Amino acid sequence: MSELRYEAPKTLAEAVALLSGAKGRARVLAGGTDLLIQMRTGRIQPELLVDIKAVPELGEIVAGNGGYRIGAAVTGMQLIEHADFAKRWPGVVDGVRLIGSLQVKGRATVGGNLCNASPAADSVPALIAAGAVARIVGPHGAREAAVETVVVGPGKTSLAVGEIVTSLLLPPRPLRSGDAYLRFTPRSEMDIAVVGAGVNLTLDAQGICTQARVALGAVASRALLVPAAAAALIGTKVDAAALARLAAAARDACSPIDDKRGSREFRLRTAGVMVCRAAGIALERARRNDG
Amino acid sequence: MSSAIGTEDLKIVGSRPLRPDGVDKVTGRARYGADVSLPGQLIGKVLRSPHPHARILAIDTSLALALPGVKAVVTRDDFPDMPDEYAAAGELTINYRDVTRNMMAREKVLYDGHPVAAVAAISESVAREALKLIKVDYQVLPHVIDVREAMRPDAPLLHEAQYTEGVSPKPDKPSNIAKRLEFSRGDVAAGFARAEVIVEREFNTQPVHQGYIEPQACLASTTEDGQVELWTSTQGHFMFRAQCAKLLQMEVSRIRVTPTEIGGGFGGKNNIYNEPLAIVLSRKSHRPVKMVMSREEVFRATGPTSGGNVKVRLGATKDGRITAAFAELNFQAGAYPGSSVAPASMCAFTRYDLDNVRVIGHDVTCNRPKVAAYRAPGAPIAAFAVESAIDELAGKLAIDPIEFRLKNAAREGTQTYYGPKLGTIGYVETLEAARAHPHYRAPLGPDQGRGVATGFWFNIGGETSATVNINEDGTVALMHGTLDVAGGSRAAMAMMVAEELGIPFEQVRPIVGDTAVLGFNFITAGSRGTFAGGMACVTAARQAIDRLRTRVAAIREVPVEAVIWKDGQARPAEGSAIRFEPMSLAQIARLAGKTGGTIAGHAEINAQGAGPGFGTHIVDVAVDRETGAIRVLRYTAVQDVGRAIHPAYVEGQLQGGVAQGIGWALNEEYVYGADGVLQNPGFLDYRIPVASDLPYIDTVLVEVPNPNHPYGVRGCGEVPIIAPLAAIANAVSHALGIRLCDLPLSPPRVARAIADRPA
Repeated sequence: MSELRYEAPKTLAEAVALLSGAKGRARVLAGGTDLLIQMRTGRIQPELLVDIKAVPELGEIVAGNGGYRIGAAVTGMQLIEHADFAKRWPGVVDGVRLIGSLQVKGRATVGGNLCNASPAADSVPALIAAGAVARIVGPHGAREAAVETVVVGPGKTSLAVGEIVTSLLLPPRPLRSGDAYLRFTPRSEMDIAVVGAGVNLTLDAQGICTQARVALGAVASRALLVPAAAAALIGTKVDAAALARLAAAARDACSPIDDKRGSREFRLRTAGVMVCRAAGIALERARRNDG
Repeated sequence: MSSAIGTEDLKIVGSRPLRPDGVDKVTGRARYGADVSLPGQLIGKVLRSPHPHARILAIDTSLALALPGVKAVVTRDDFPDMPDEYAAAGELTINYRDVTRNMMAREKVLYDGHPVAAVAAISESVAREALKLIKVDYQVLPHVIDVREAMRPDAPLLHEAQYTEGVSPKPDKPSNIAKRLEFSRGDVAAGFARAEVIVEREFNTQPVHQGYIEPQACLASTTEDGQVELWTSTQGHFMFRAQCAKLLQMEVSRIRVTPTEIGGGFGGKNNIYNEPLAIVLSRKSHRPVKMVMSREEVFRATGPTSGGNVKVRLGATKDGRITAAFAELNFQAGAYPGSSVAPASMCAFTRYDLDNVRVIGHDVTCNRPKVAAYRAPGAPIAAFAVESAIDELAGKLAIDPIEFRLKNAAREGTQTYYGPKLGTIGYVETLEAARAHPHYRAPLGPDQGRGVATGFWFNIGGETSATVNINEDGTVALMHGTLDVAGGSRAAMAMMVAEELGIPFEQVRPIVGDTAVLGFNFITAGSRGTFAGGMACVTAARQAIDRLRTRVAAIREVPVEAVIWKDGQARPAEGSAIRFEPMSLAQIARLAGKTGGTIAGHAEINAQGAGPGFGTHIVDVAVDRETGAIRVLRYTAVQDVGRAIHPAYVEGQLQGGVAQGIGWALNEEYVYGADGVLQNPGFLDYRIPVASDLPYIDTVLVEVPNPNHPYGVRGCGEVPIIAPLAAIANAVSHALGIRLCDLPLSPPRVARAIADRPA
C-alpha cells in the first residue's frame, strides 16, 4: 500500500513545483467532488494531493476590461451567488447550477469541472459557448488556451505535467448578447447530462444575429465547439428556419455512443431539441440585454 | 381480538405527536448498522464473482492469508452444506440450501457480484489488498439475463437438477422454470365466449431495487466459548438469529442479535447476507468483525425484486361487467428460485368480483442476484398489467374507469379465486372517495393525461411479543420486538399503550428489545408492524392494567371486580356500591415495590385477522413529445387504512410508496452488458426519483376499521406502491394516445414509442 501525501501550498509557484516534482503521480485537489470519489473507488491512486485552495488568487472573481476572471478554485455557489457575473453570463451560471447538489456545488469548482475532463461536464459547453479562455501556469511559464482545447478525451486534458489551470477568462460582453445552457437528463437534478447544449449569441439593433457560438456536451468524447451550428444562426433572426438548420448542424457534429445513459439514436435526436431550446432562451436574454 | 374501541373516546390515537426516534434521527445521533463499533474490531470484505455464470474450479487464499494485517479468510469450505429446507421469511419462502449458496458460492457463481470469499483484516485497505491476492479459477459458462430468454428450452441452465415443479408428469429435462403454479375459478373459456369486448396485452417490467439509503452493515463478535453477539441493520432480528443459527448449525441461544436503527429496508433487509460471514470470520480471528457493504455491492448482490413478463386477457359485456380474466405471470427469481410470483398471482385480480378467472405463474431462475421481497412483493408488477388492461377495456366500453371498477369491485363476502372470501374491506369506499376528489375533475392541459389504478394487498399478522414495564414513577417503558423499520410504528405502538393506560404519550418510552429479552417476533413485513405489534402492545398494556387493578384491590381491600381502569386511574366501578379513593398510575407505581413488587404486562401472541388493504390512485402527467420526458404533475393516493393511529405517519407511508412506485414506473432499471455484468451499480445511473421529480403527493385516508384489531388497524405500508405503475402508464397512454406496455417509461423508450406511432 502506497502512502498518500497532502500539501496545501500558499503560492502558485510552490504548487507548480510540487506537481512538477511528483512526476505525474500527483493530483490537483480543488473541491474534491470528483477526485475523492475516484480515489475511493480505486480508479486512481495518487501519491500526492496538491490542494490549491490556499493560493489566494485562485479563489478570486475579478471584473476587469469589461470581462471577468474566475479563479480555478472558485466554487460553484460563489459564482452562482455573484449577482453581476450571473447577470452577464446567465448561460454559464445555468451550467454551474446543474453541477451535482447544492452541497456539491458548495465544494465543487468550475476549474475542477473543466479539468476532470468528463465529456458530460455541465459548465464546459457553456464556457466554450461563452468563448472562455483558460489561463494555465506550469514549470515553463504561463500560457492561455481556449477552453475547448483543454479537454482532449474522457479523463484526459492537454495540460502538461506540472501545469495548473489557474483561472478562466470571460471576454467583454457586447450589448444585446445572451447565452444559455440546457441539458437533458432523465431526472430533474442529481443526474448526468445525456446531451448538453450551450448557445451564446449577439444581436444587432434590428434583431439580426451577428455573432454566435454553439457548444455541445455528452455527444462525443469531449465537449465540442460547433462552428457550423453557429453559422446557422449568424445573419438570421433566429427564426424557425434558422433553428431547423441549427438542429441539423448540431446533429451532424455529434458522434455519440450507445451506453447506459442513452442510445446513439436518442442522443442525436435530443441534441437537436436541446440546442434549439437553448438558442431560444439565449435569444430571449439577448433581446432583454439592450442596455 | 375483541374489545374494539369507539373513536369518540380516543384521546391519543388519531393525533400527531412527534415520533420518539425523531430527535436522534434529525440530529445524527441515531445509530445505524455502520455506526456500531467494538474495540479491536477487524474490517471484513467480500470477494465477488466478476462473471455472471461460472463453475468454481479452485480457490487459493494462501497469498491473502500471508499478507500482514490479514487475520482470517473464509470460503465455501468454512460453511456446512445444507439440504433443501424451506422457511418463511417475510412474504417469501426461503430454502436454506440456496441461502447458504447465495451468501457464499459453492459449486458455481450465478451472477455478477456473487460472493466467493471474504477476509477480515486490520483495516479496509488491507482487506481490499487481500481480496486481490485470492486466486479463483473459474470455468466461465454461458449466461442468461432476460426472463423470456431464460424460459426457452435451449437457454443456459443455472441449476442442472432443477425440474419444473407443478407440472405433471414430471418433465424429463431440467429447466430454468423452477415452478409453475395455477389458480383457477369458474369457466374462463365460457366467460370469454360470452364477452362482447376483449382486451389482450403483454407487459414487461424491469427488476428494481428497494433503494434503501443505508447499505447493509453488521458487526459480529464470537467468543471462545461459542457465544455470538451480532449487531445488524435488519427488518427482523429474530429471523436473522434463526437464519444464522441454521446456516452455522448453532443453538439459537448462543446468538444474541441487537437490531440497529434501520435506514430503510422495504423487504430488502429480510434476509442475511454478510452476517454469517462476519460471525465465522470473528470465530477464526478471535476479534470482532465489522462488514459494511458499499452501494456497488448493494446493487450487485442484494435485492432486487423481480422483473416480470405478464400476459393479460380480459373480457366484458357491453354494459361493463367483466366475464373472464386470464393472466400469465413470468417472474425472474434471479439466481435461485423463490420470486414473488405466488403472491402476485393471488392479487392480480383480487380487486374484482369475478366468476371466471385463471392465473398461471412461472418462477424463473436467471443470472441476476436472487430477488428479495420489495414492498407488496410482486403485486405492483401484476397490477401494472391488469390495471392497464382494465383501463383499456373501460376506454373501449366508453365507461369512466372508476365507474367501470365500481361495477366489478370486490366487496365484503366476495369469493377470491385463491381461497378465502373477503371480510370487511374498503375498496368501494376508496373508489368513491377518488371519484369525489376535486383532482378527478380538474382540467388538463395539452400533452397531459390522467390515469387511475388500484391496488390490493393481503397484509399479515404473525408471532409478536411485547412488554409494558410500569416504572416506579408511573411512566412506562415499552419493549417491543417488532422492529420499527422507520415508518413510525414505534410511535403508533406507544400511542396505543398510552391510550390504554390513560397517560400522556410522552410518558411511554418505546424501545426495541433484542433477541435475548423478548420472545420470538416475526420479521417486520407484510405491513404487520402497527397491526401485530400494536395488538401485542395493547394486550401487554391490558395485562398490566389487570395487575394494577388487582394491586389496588389489595391495597384498598376491595374485590377486584369493583375496580375499573379509567383515565389513568384505578377507580370504583360505576354503579358499584363499593367506594374507595381512586389511585393514579403514579400513586400505584410509587407503592408497587412495597406492595408486591414492580408491575408489568406481557404479551406473546400470534396475531390473526390482518385486514386487507385497498387503494385507488389518480395521477396527472405531462409528456414532452420532443424528448419523451414525463413529468408527474399531480398525484392523489386514496387508501383504506382501517384506522390511522398516527395519521401523519400513515400519510408518509402512502407518499413513500407512491414515490417508489413513480421511480419504478419512470426510470429505474438494471443495465446489463452483453457480458452479463451490471453497468449501473450506483444511484447516479440507477435513477430513483429525487425530490424535484415528485409533485406533492396528496393523500386521502379512508377508514373502514379492521374488526379484528382493538383500534381497527389495517397494515398500510405496502398497498401504496401497487397502483402507481399502472396509474402513470395509463396517464401517459391517455396523453399520447398510445398504449405503453413496457416499463420503465424512460425518455428513450417514450420517445421511440412516439416516433414509431403509426401515422
